[in-house]
Amino acid sequence: MNSSFLFGLSTMAYILAMIIYIIYLAFRKTQIGITATTITITGFISQTLAIILRWKEFADLSGMGFLRSAPLTNLYESLIFFVWCLILGYLIIEFKFKNRSFGAFITPIAGIALAFIDISGVSKEIQPLVPALKSNWLLAHVTMSFIAYAAFALSFSTGLMYLIIKTEKRREPSYLFWTITFGIFIVVFAAMGIDFLTFKVAVKPEEFIKSYMFKASFLNPSNIINILSWISTIIIIFLVWRYGYILKTVIEKFNISSEILDEITYKSIAIGFPVFTLGGLIFGAIWADQAWGVYWSWDPKETWSLITWFIYAFYLHSRMMRGWRGKRVAIVAVIGFMAVIFTYLGVNLLLSGLHAYGEL
Amino acid sequence: MEQEKKKTFVDKIWDFFASVKLAVIIFALISLTSIIGTILEQRAEPAKNIKILISLFGESLAPTMYNLFEKFGFMDMYHSWWFVGLLILFSTNIVICSLDRLPRIWKLVREPIGPMTEEKLRRFAINRELVLKGKPDKVKDDITGAIKRAGFSYIESKEEKGYQFFSQKGNYGRLGIYLTHFSILIILVGALIGIFFGFKGHLNLPEGSVSDAAYIERNQAKPLGFEIRCDNFDVEFYGRSDMPKEYKSWLTVIKNGREVLKKSIVVNDPLTYEGITFYQANYGLINDRLGRGVFIFRVITNDGKAYNLNLRLGDAFQIPGTNFSGKIVDFSPALRIDESGRISTYANQMNNPAVFIEFSESGKPKYSGWILKRHPETWQLPEGHRVEFIDYWGVEFTGLQVRKDPGVWIVYFGCITISIGLFIAFFTSHRRLWVRITEDKNNTRVLVGATSNKNRSAFERKIDRIISLMQKKPEGGK
Repeated sequence: MNSSFLFGLSTMAYILAMIIYIIYLAFRKTQIGITATTITITGFISQTLAIILRWKEFADLSGMGFLRSAPLTNLYESLIFFVWCLILGYLIIEFKFKNRSFGAFITPIAGIALAFIDISGVSKEIQPLVPALKSNWLLAHVTMSFIAYAAFALSFSTGLMYLIIKTEKRREPSYLFWTITFGIFIVVFAAMGIDFLTFKVAVKPEEFIKSYMFKASFLNPSNIINILSWISTIIIIFLVWRYGYILKTVIEKFNISSEILDEITYKSIAIGFPVFTLGGLIFGAIWADQAWGVYWSWDPKETWSLITWFIYAFYLHSRMMRGWRGKRVAIVAVIGFMAVIFTYLGVNLLLSGLHAYGEL
Repeated sequence: MEQEKKKTFVDKIWDFFASVKLAVIIFALISLTSIIGTILEQRAEPAKNIKILISLFGESLAPTMYNLFEKFGFMDMYHSWWFVGLLILFSTNIVICSLDRLPRIWKLVREPIGPMTEEKLRRFAINRELVLKGKPDKVKDDITGAIKRAGFSYIESKEEKGYQFFSQKGNYGRLGIYLTHFSILIILVGALIGIFFGFKGHLNLPEGSVSDAAYIERNQAKPLGFEIRCDNFDVEFYGRSDMPKEYKSWLTVIKNGREVLKKSIVVNDPLTYEGITFYQANYGLINDRLGRGVFIFRVITNDGKAYNLNLRLGDAFQIPGTNFSGKIVDFSPALRIDESGRISTYANQMNNPAVFIEFSESGKPKYSGWILKRHPETWQLPEGHRVEFIDYWGVEFTGLQVRKDPGVWIVYFGCITISIGLFIAFFTSHRRLWVRITEDKNNTRVLVGATSNKNRSAFERKIDRIISLMQKKPEGGK
């Protein structure tokens, strides 16, 4: 049994769990709920084993000792760890709040992240470390960053759910905000799916994102496909906007009060923010000081982390201001996670800089 | 009259700086402008950014956009006057905000708590009421025991018909947020000290060379106050690949003509002397020295004797104790032999150093071939002698990042305090608890009131635990 078998097992478990959580929402039978939880836990255990195995494989291969061989050195490994943290966070919430309904929202994120790993053809090989990554700070900096990212992902889901159930009218700004955000997410994933179907056989997986992302849709040389892509984007967003209330009625069935959603959003950020400050920014700065001789160099990754940090600081401060409860802060939580996604993926894919380790 | 008017004006400015709204606006401004700074490459060649702008705005608009961005300092925006201005505004906001709120919070922190009237107790967010059997004097110990077991030390006050116990915990936790804010200022002060009293430079030091300066912006020399020498430099690769595993420089610090410190440095492990730190950053080949380096060989004869040889291109050497000799004819820093046997140099780095040697016996040419540093199987000669290619010394330079930053410890200190501050601010809460017991028809009526500035639900659960502790004892005792 090797790590990739176990990773595959956990991916399947999460996707299966996602389906069962959705069925659970529709029928609300306890039995179905327990099945969904059991499958999620099974996936989590096999993923944990897979990470440990890969860690060991890496340690044996590099001979650098266990502490420095954490499997967190490229995009593939970090995404795996992100999903692991996310599922762990979800399971904690499920047991603490005795509510399974979030499962239908969290397992899709886990599933999408893992599907992203497969679709984008991120390199799964164990790669040797460049000298700059050989440091004890790797483990602390990367694990803590990802624990924070996972906490932020949770706040994103609950923040979005809060917006969905709290908005009443179609013309309301918060309604527009969540439907457009949701629509864009659907469009991006759909476009990547189309890229995948179009180019899968033609190119090496490693080059996929850098050279082929959106080439089948928005960046296609043909003007017709280009225009069609934009038109379908508008149609998708319009449909989400027009029929968004269906999601609302679905979530309202969950019996989650908006207060609990707001509380989980706040608590996730209250955990994510200090962890991100310490592990992401401070440990990152100390490591940069050791490896590059500057603790802060306004490299794009650093700057985007700072932007993310400011957005969550914005969230925390605006919550204290009167009149900034509820929907407005939920919007900030959703925007915050978009900044997280950009810090994590966008910087590596679109901008250049010192932090080029997350390369594919 | 005029005095009062003036005061309101100052008040207005004060209120402006003390508002959370300003903080939120500054967060937004810093974030939004920083985004531009991550898209445009900072301190880069103009051509690079024009290319980026063309892809964003199109051929025709790009030059105008470039000039516009250039004018506002976006090509080096984190050092522009307005960005520094934003940071100053940010600091001022933190200072004024803290000063504005401190007296009120300080009062909450220092204020000792006292007994409360029943009316007030009932008004607390968390309040509970229960009746215990027995008179107050009898159940008193159970109640105080429960409070103590929950980790609260209490003050007791005797009242008309009973007692009141009150307690508070974590009152200093309210200062966590100040520690956090203050730490940001400490970090900024540390950064300023670094900017004004330190420097960031670079030094490309060839093997065997000595330098008494590093080079900062525009190649300006910055004297170190001592000399640094690179004794050797070496790269280790992963297996047969060209992916560097580790690169290492052997450095010596020389002060007043005496060697005072020797250390080998790698990435993540720098050398520091007199506050100046040398980081392994990069490396390269010095092209005009390529033919003038020293080949270091170790020759092991077929009877097992080893000799070290230092030679140059064109030199001839004898394998000691034999009439076997070799002549160094050619050299390549990165030799490649393709399938058809063609020879080429594939990189301008010492990725695969190779030396071509013509061997002869008693003056008669015998054979010739390449000896490769990274391929020990090429070291063996048919006669059983071995020519080990140890190094080609003196043709590489080590690229050192040189930095002096007296503010870095202040920055780190700020990092520690901000961590502590955040921990206190998010994970502790100021909890206050009052328990009032009064006699009620030979039984005891217990009234509990409590507040917490954070995480009320957790405190509520704790209060319920305390109450169940109070109830258990008397029942079990009977």
